[in-house]
Amino acid sequence: MTAETQQPLLQLRSISKRFGATQALDRVSFDLRAGEIHALMGENGAGKSTLMKILAGNIARDAGEILIDGRSVDISHPADARANGIAIIHQEINTVPDMTIAENLALGVEPTSQFGVLNRKRMHEDAEAKLALIGLRLDPRLPLGSLSIGMQQMVEIARAASENARILVLDEPTAALSRAETEELYRIIADAKDRGVGLIYISHRMEEVWRLADRVTVFRDGKYVGTRERAEIEPADVVRMMVGRDIQDLYSHSSREVGQTVLEVNELCGNGIGPVSFTIAAGEIVCFAGLIGSGRTEMARLIFGAERRDAGEVALHGKPYSAAAPKRAIAQGVMMVPESRKEQALFLDHSVENNVAISSLDRFASAGVLKSRPIRRAVLEQMDFLRLRQSAIALPSRSLSGGNQQKAVLARALLTESELLILDEPTRGVDIGAKREIYELIDELVGQGKAILMISSDLPEAIGTSDRILVMRNGRIKADLRSSETSEEEVMSYATGTAEEEQS
Amino acid sequence: MTTQNQVTDPAPVRQPFEFAKWWDRVGILVVLLALILFMALAAPNFATTGNLLNIARSISINAIIAAGMTFVILTGGIDLSVGSIVAVSGVTSVLAAVSGVPAIAALLVGVAAGAAAGWINGALSAYLSLAPFIVTLGLMTFLRGLAYTMTEGQPIVDNTLSFRDLGNGYVAGVPAPVVVMLVVYGAAWFLLERTKYGRHVYAVGGNPEAARLAGVEVKRILTSVYVIAGALAGLAGLIFAAQVVSAQPTAGNGYELDAIAAVVLGGTALAGGKGRIIGTLIGSIILGVLSTGLILMNVQYFTQLLIKGIVIILAVAIDSLKQRSATRVVKDTAVVGATA
Repeated sequence: MTAETQQPLLQLRSISKRFGATQALDRVSFDLRAGEIHALMGENGAGKSTLMKILAGNIARDAGEILIDGRSVDISHPADARANGIAIIHQEINTVPDMTIAENLALGVEPTSQFGVLNRKRMHEDAEAKLALIGLRLDPRLPLGSLSIGMQQMVEIARAASENARILVLDEPTAALSRAETEELYRIIADAKDRGVGLIYISHRMEEVWRLADRVTVFRDGKYVGTRERAEIEPADVVRMMVGRDIQDLYSHSSREVGQTVLEVNELCGNGIGPVSFTIAAGEIVCFAGLIGSGRTEMARLIFGAERRDAGEVALHGKPYSAAAPKRAIAQGVMMVPESRKEQALFLDHSVENNVAISSLDRFASAGVLKSRPIRRAVLEQMDFLRLRQSAIALPSRSLSGGNQQKAVLARALLTESELLILDEPTRGVDIGAKREIYELIDELVGQGKAILMISSDLPEAIGTSDRILVMRNGRIKADLRSSETSEEEVMSYATGTAEEEQS
Repeated sequence: MTTQNQVTDPAPVRQPFEFAKWWDRVGILVVLLALILFMALAAPNFATTGNLLNIARSISINAIIAAGMTFVILTGGIDLSVGSIVAVSGVTSVLAAVSGVPAIAALLVGVAAGAAAGWINGALSAYLSLAPFIVTLGLMTFLRGLAYTMTEGQPIVDNTLSFRDLGNGYVAGVPAPVVVMLVVYGAAWFLLERTKYGRHVYAVGGNPEAARLAGVEVKRILTSVYVIAGALAGLAGLIFAAQVVSAQPTAGNGYELDAIAAVVLGGTALAGGKGRIIGTLIGSIILGVLSTGLILMNVQYFTQLLIKGIVIILAVAIDSLKQRSATRVVKDTAVVGATA
């Protein structure tokens, strides 16, 4: 067992960090070997990000020790982390999108003549060499912003490789990547691993962790729970470690009574998609699956009136339906929970009450004047239903955790009393406890006879919660599958187009 | 987390005391009271009823413009044309009154002129997605030119101006402009705090895309705030014309900056979505008290400008520090929220 005797590359010993009244990290430990991929898992708020910020020198630790190659090092500034060979790849990338790839890679280390004049030729050569380190071939003169998020991330990894980073932290790196980009990233990760780089991999996707990781460490509520060899455990063990209890059945799917057709879409075109046709009935969850860019969100926005329809017909409860703006859709009983809660749904500085009530003010106003008590009562009712603590009502929504923010957005949708709910990635960035609550809630809503159009990129979730799965690719519906009879493989084969190739 | 029974009787939610929040609510008021106290001690004749009413009268024009500016800034916009609107509306109303139009009608024409100018600002910014800074900068120049054109560059004086009481009269011992100002603030407060329209204004400023997807007609709201700002600038222009019993093409020059200063002093964020109308009123009073007090203390005009400038920057700096401490508080609660 060479791994046992070998000196760990990185050791974090008994790290603590307190924010005000909250102990964000309580004497947690973590170690990383050279040439291993070590997954760090835990619900939101478990302390993963705080620990990584300490490792990156972005925030100072209160107590504890960081050792590299067994020697204690002082990391109190991002430059210290860099000097110690630590590189962190975030989802939010620290680059300048309007500058070229070469300029970004040269940031801070621009090749200049002795008079300080920039040597462009050398900058471009350097950039090509850096990209080649991880097997990327890109024109370094392209503006970085013209690349996909995935490629931008890879450019960041190229930078890390060029700086001889020995410790690479990847924080949810595949969250915004297409299938092909994900595969490319996996290849680069495997490559780095072979070169002896130690990788810390933060991800919520169990599938991915299972494929990549050598070891898994779990944090919960700022405490270290344990580290396991991946080969010796099952996904359920990790979930149990994360939540501190068994989750027997993550998805809720009670037997459902499918009622009359609520939404009937016929040859709908616009916003770069179509034609698409489908129906959703009362008491039914229809989930749209597909790759990023397959047109699911674009289609949902068309129905919600956020984009203009070019052609096609939509009927709601058998009557012609069209919405020139979201306001018109809401008035007719259609409400959407958008994909990105911070950018598209929340007013971060406004109270939870205002956030929840904003779409239903007409019902609580006479001649435009608001009735504040009925509003508060209705908002509290929804908060109770969603198990949001009442004391949060006056807090700015910014101060809630991701799961609770998502509940506030759902509360807004429920308060509109819409018959058709469009839920675009309703559990993205939400911890597993809140996920489960959201599944229960969705199940209860269809039980009440609502029709739900859901979009999900999480295949187990899509299959586990819905009644039917419509798979989209290139702006069209490629398959209409019964959720109880399909598999992740089948859905994926339609999403990627391999199913069609086989047929032809 | 307890019981559903509480829902039927929504009690005010108690929050623990936090300096940042407390300062958010009353900090600017503390500054004002300190300033008044200082002036009362340092400046002769400051704390007399006559002088205080004078201050109230002198701030009313800027305060009324700043009320409209608050709506615009709450949506994340800016209106640089309000100073020129003051001139155009004053000129319009005086010309109307001089040509024999009844006083009330002349006044309405002036306010309507301001509202129309505001509508152009709003429609160009909202429907053509032009930057409000540029649009209103253009209108500022254009409307100033219009005021000069309408008057052929000369003031039009009419000592018997039919609506002169609007500037110089009294209502129950209170100067008429002060009464107008109080009515404007009462209405603005009601609109922002108690109506659906007000919630929509805050929503558009807080996050326009989220507002649209939540069913807010963002473009209409954006247009409307410039109409309000224009109409109120028009009203201020009438008061000014009434005070000087004339149409002055140079009226209101630079007033936009005083109004913006009052709004910012009052704690409204230039990024939009955050602020209170009452803060703007207090901000205007601070600026007014400062000018009057410094005059009474015989401070030179040049020095007055230096002091005013410092006060404005100081106020914004305090606000920024406060924001930073508030963010820190919020980060802490975020972690608490996750585990609650």
